[in-house]
Amino acid sequence: MKLDVKRRVLLKGSFVAGTLGVAVATGLLTPRTALAAWPRQAFTEKQTAAVLQSLFGTEGAEESNQIKFEKPADIAEDGSKVRVRISTTLPAPESISILAPKNPVTLVANFKLSKRSTGFAETNIKMGATGPLVAIVKSGGKLYMTSKEVQVTAGGCGS
Amino acid sequence: MAAKPIKLRAKLSGDTVKVKAILNHPMESGNRKDPEGNTIPAHFIQNVTCKMGDETILDADFGGGVSKNPYIAFEFTGGQKGEEIVMSWLDNKGETASATGKIK
Repeated sequence: MKLDVKRRVLLKGSFVAGTLGVAVATGLLTPRTALAAWPRQAFTEKQTAAVLQSLFGTEGAEESNQIKFEKPADIAEDGSKVRVRISTTLPAPESISILAPKNPVTLVANFKLSKRSTGFAETNIKMGATGPLVAIVKSGGKLYMTSKEVQVTAGGCGS
Repeated sequence: MAAKPIKLRAKLSGDTVKVKAILNHPMESGNRKDPEGNTIPAHFIQNVTCKMGDETILDADFGGGVSKNPYIAFEFTGGQKGEEIVMSWLDNKGETASATGKIK
């Protein structure tokens, strides 16, 4: 039984390596991109806690008033393009993540910041329906969060 | 003429450089269907990096929930006027683009 499982893992492992090898060889992926791991699992999880567990290895995020949604306003007219601007005064922010738990995929973007960052990130996101937006900031190895309810007039997941 | 793959601006004010960029990309999430009901395959940027010299000043992972032709902005300190920054993206099909800009 144990052996069987191991063989499975081995087979699976060599399959993955083989596919990547082919991709690299055919120039689909440069070695750098093949190594830089896009967090696939985190981009499939539905629950916020599961996203955090997958990205950061912990589920707990403490509510903080040192994270601000400067945008959007309370109402977003066009769900296909909602401007999100997050700023934080938490010390040495390591990352700013944007989550839209009502979307088909909860995690929208994860900005990994350098130590030169001022704690600011901005982008446009799709929102399928009225619901909360969650901002997560990692600072000093801990997670902090704030959320904001956004009313979406016209849903944006059809675009 | 096709739109540039990346429009990049970096502006110094005080000791902070604000970088703004528009990435030209369809950002298909893979959740949409065409009028015949067929799923439109996922095609979206997964990673955006920005470097100044050898130093990475931003490394962002995206899902299909980022809007079409993504706009991004961020800020960093310690950049000087005239210094070059390079932004690159990589999508789920392995396509890439990059652009170089000078801090103004």
